[in-house]
Amino acid sequence: MKTTQQRTIWQKTLLSTATSVALASAGVMGLATTAHAQDSFKVGFVTFLSGGASGPFGVPASQGAKLVVEAINEGTLPAPYDSVGVNGLQLEMVEVDEAGGPTKQVEEYRNLVQRQNVNAVIGYISSGDCLAVGPVAEEMQTFTIAFDCGTSRMFEELEDPKYVFRTGLDAVADNVGAARYLAETRPDAKRIAGIQQNYAWGQDSWQDFTLAMEQLMPEAEIVNNQTPQIFQGSYGTEISALQTRRPEIVHSSMWGGDMESFVAQANARGLLAQATALLTTGESGLHRFDGQAPNGTILGGRGPFGGFMPENDLSEWFSKAYEEKHGTPPSYPASKAAQAILALKYAADNSGADGVPSSEELAAALKGAKFESVSGTVNMGLAGGHQAVQPMLYGEYHFEDGQAELRNVKSYPGDCVSAPDGYNAQEWIKEGFPGSSCD
Amino acid sequence: MLTVWAILIDGFIYASWLFLVAAGLTVIYGVMRILNMAHGSLYALGAYAAASALGWYYADGGDQLWMAFAIIAVCAVAIGAVTGLAIERGLLRIMYGRDEILMLIITFAVLLILEDVMKLVWGTTPYFAYQPYAAMGRINIDVLTVSRYDLMVLVVSIVIGVGLWFWLERTRIGKILRSIIHDREVSKAMGVNVGRMFTITFMIGATLGAIAGGITAPIISVVPGIGIEVIVLAFAVVVTGGLGSITGAAIGAIIVGLARATSIHTMPELELFIIYAVMAAVLVFRPHGLFGQAVARKI
Amino acid sequence: MMKADRTELSLIGVAIAVAIAAQFSPNWLVFTLTLAISTGLVVMGVVMLMRAGLVSFGQGLFYCLGGYAVGLGGRFLGITDALVLIGLGVVATVAIAMILGLLVTRYREIFFAMLSLAFSMILYGILVKSHGLGSTDGFGVVDWTLLWFDSKTGDSANMALMLAIALALLIALFLNRYFKSSIGLACEAIRENEVRVEYMGISRQQTLYINYVIAAAIGSVGGSMTALAAGHVDPTMAYWTISGEFVFIAILGGTGHVAAPFIAALIFTLVRTYAIELAPNAWQMILGIVLLLIILFLPKGIWSLFTRKKGAAS
Repeated sequence: MKTTQQRTIWQKTLLSTATSVALASAGVMGLATTAHAQDSFKVGFVTFLSGGASGPFGVPASQGAKLVVEAINEGTLPAPYDSVGVNGLQLEMVEVDEAGGPTKQVEEYRNLVQRQNVNAVIGYISSGDCLAVGPVAEEMQTFTIAFDCGTSRMFEELEDPKYVFRTGLDAVADNVGAARYLAETRPDAKRIAGIQQNYAWGQDSWQDFTLAMEQLMPEAEIVNNQTPQIFQGSYGTEISALQTRRPEIVHSSMWGGDMESFVAQANARGLLAQATALLTTGESGLHRFDGQAPNGTILGGRGPFGGFMPENDLSEWFSKAYEEKHGTPPSYPASKAAQAILALKYAADNSGADGVPSSEELAAALKGAKFESVSGTVNMGLAGGHQAVQPMLYGEYHFEDGQAELRNVKSYPGDCVSAPDGYNAQEWIKEGFPGSSCD
Repeated sequence: MLTVWAILIDGFIYASWLFLVAAGLTVIYGVMRILNMAHGSLYALGAYAAASALGWYYADGGDQLWMAFAIIAVCAVAIGAVTGLAIERGLLRIMYGRDEILMLIITFAVLLILEDVMKLVWGTTPYFAYQPYAAMGRINIDVLTVSRYDLMVLVVSIVIGVGLWFWLERTRIGKILRSIIHDREVSKAMGVNVGRMFTITFMIGATLGAIAGGITAPIISVVPGIGIEVIVLAFAVVVTGGLGSITGAAIGAIIVGLARATSIHTMPELELFIIYAVMAAVLVFRPHGLFGQAVARKI
Repeated sequence: MMKADRTELSLIGVAIAVAIAAQFSPNWLVFTLTLAISTGLVVMGVVMLMRAGLVSFGQGLFYCLGGYAVGLGGRFLGITDALVLIGLGVVATVAIAMILGLLVTRYREIFFAMLSLAFSMILYGILVKSHGLGSTDGFGVVDWTLLWFDSKTGDSANMALMLAIALALLIALFLNRYFKSSIGLACEAIRENEVRVEYMGISRQQTLYINYVIAAAIGSVGGSMTALAAGHVDPTMAYWTISGEFVFIAILGGTGHVAAPFIAALIFTLVRTYAIELAPNAWQMILGIVLLLIILFLPKGIWSLFTRKKGAAS
């Protein structure tokens, strides 16, 4: 018995050591095989390809990005991006699924940079992922663009960023813009309610909205806020709770399938006949509501994206190309992804580098830059030149004869809705928006 | 007073939905002692099948409400039965007699696989077949409104509940199943074809899950991941009510539904974990759930 | 008892080998390895419970508590020493486990699983609700120090790995003895037939209770280590699907040997990363298929590949 055990244990030791070494070398070999030629620029694109955020956000973003990457490689973009490639190099995009949570994403980021040897990383819809990846990006000194995440904490947590940029706007801009739109178009509204998904995005949005309302519509009363679970899907009870409070306006930062479900259910229950809904991410449903949202529902697109894109060569090209390929006009996630790729091209073309630009050269080119995009001119004007400043737009949904459009669109300039450097965003709102100009 | 009415109405509507979701799970566990994690996938399959079929129907210009219900029923039953059969015959049959926990893990693996299969087949765009829900309109009670579709779900759930109870208590097959629940070995010794009973049970449980999904499809936007959200809810209800008991599932659903409605209307902070708190509280006083049977342990 | 047996020697040998190999490995592999070892630690807790016949879908509770202790300790108490932070996590977790254990260890099978899941989800709910703690965004872990090493000046990835290996080795050695001790054997006996165990005069309740608390403490260390390595904590650490992953890995490795969870965790992490890279739209399916294959062909886990089934004790 003893001898058998001894032998077995030796075998176990040998096999276990062999396994570990084998696995390690497999990993190292994986590293070797992904080295790529130096005549292309490799960018990692991280977005939701699975789970509830993939349908409304991740997949359209991926599609928008791919469209622009193809056009860059063919040189078919309108001016000023009509040169082939980025800094003359072919652009190669590898995709990674953003699912799995921040800890997983930190791991995947490291894999992208160290195993797949990407030259830059673009992505991140979830605020949690942005917050976790930011410090790692700085540590690994890799040019990184966050294109969608909406946390106002991003550059509060990241002191003195060198490599991390954000080409999208945060929840503060969304909700200050919403409050201003309400103050301008429905100044007599007195009873305001809300329904947000119960997680950081929903909580932050509601906080920013109510703080802004205190400043801009002090007579209005906040009567209720419902906080259903994310992906709950069915809001019968929450709708009842809202109805018992008789609101005139219902604010919501819900997105994707949840937003569509809520709108359909609230409409069927008559809540949207009693109150007007204000949806801060509503633009992603512009071509999906099909009249389920009553005319007059207020929609936002997180800035001049999707249906809010201004008319310029880039946006017209993008809308046409996207609709041709995917059968529907691009929604705001697709536009924002396109914008981030354009930012990369801008940075690469202007880096002055010979061959593949380094992260430092890219960062220097994008810092504080003003570049053209599908949303007009993007001014990287905050957080020391790392955060984009753009106007915030809201409009009303109108559906007639099978056609959806935005009416009564109002635009608020960037520094009207975003806090200047040095301010904590919530403090800025509470002090009455010092330093803003809103005409 | 308005709030009390709202709580009662909302509570029972939510409870009816919970019961529909949990019924299949408790039937399968009761007879086969398998906690089917893939139940969430069947719910999602039913939802996707119904939503896409309804989408075609309405795009083609259809607008008959009864036709929509027929579509839901047919799609859900078809996909539930076929998938249930495939899983039971193809996979579970090989694994009978193994550790209970291995069966749970197998169904977990099936859940993972089906999640991606659904994504490959239906894509990630939300499916939004709201027409039946909107078409049925609502009833106004003061400032509250109740959707007629939700009331229909309540009725369907009662019918299915009563039907299940009747089937288990009064029909011959039901009695055979109950004998298997009490003692599998002795039933086999008495000549019951346990294997075939298992297949039938699993198919019925799967179909119930798919029906729950199909009926919910017009209310929600069908996206990847709805299956996973639903599993834990179903588990909590089933455990609270007592595994294998239809009555337990119904009472468990009612308790959870009312607790949740009360929380949302009066103390929204608790909403996120009220269901787990209720389950834990029930288990403290009734360790096998409300109607669970204490199983005599064989020494 | 005093003599280090073959298993322990081999464990020490492997730990040293891995530590040396890590010096020559690329950074991403070092990081992945650190995460895998931390996960392996948490899974050890699950394995301990499985040996007693209990499946826990709530190990994430302790994993999350350990992680948040590190995060909160650094952020609000200004503590930067890694060992102190980990200790803080263990103390907090053991306190909670001692209370919960009184209730939870009275249950078996699915009820134990669901109760453990419930408490884990309650913690999740509390954390999501707390806007001050960042809700679902979580928050970052401060730069930490280990005794006299500084994570900012030194090579932080390497330091994290060394710490993880050291902790894992210590715990593995401890558990190796524990499994052979009277409590460890009593746990296995309870899994087989707990009524007879009671007849023999061993208190089931006490045995399971102690087992539960120790498993919680180990889970906490795993969580703290993950937080230190990843630099971030968030409430998903307590969500039931993460606990499900731990159970998955426990089954993958099997309960046969103390090193099994670590190997299984490494395999799981590598498979998942490559699956995401090769098939970003189908990685869940790949994982599911792998799991099914393991269960069908290696029901005792990957470890059974290494043991002769013919006659040796496994």
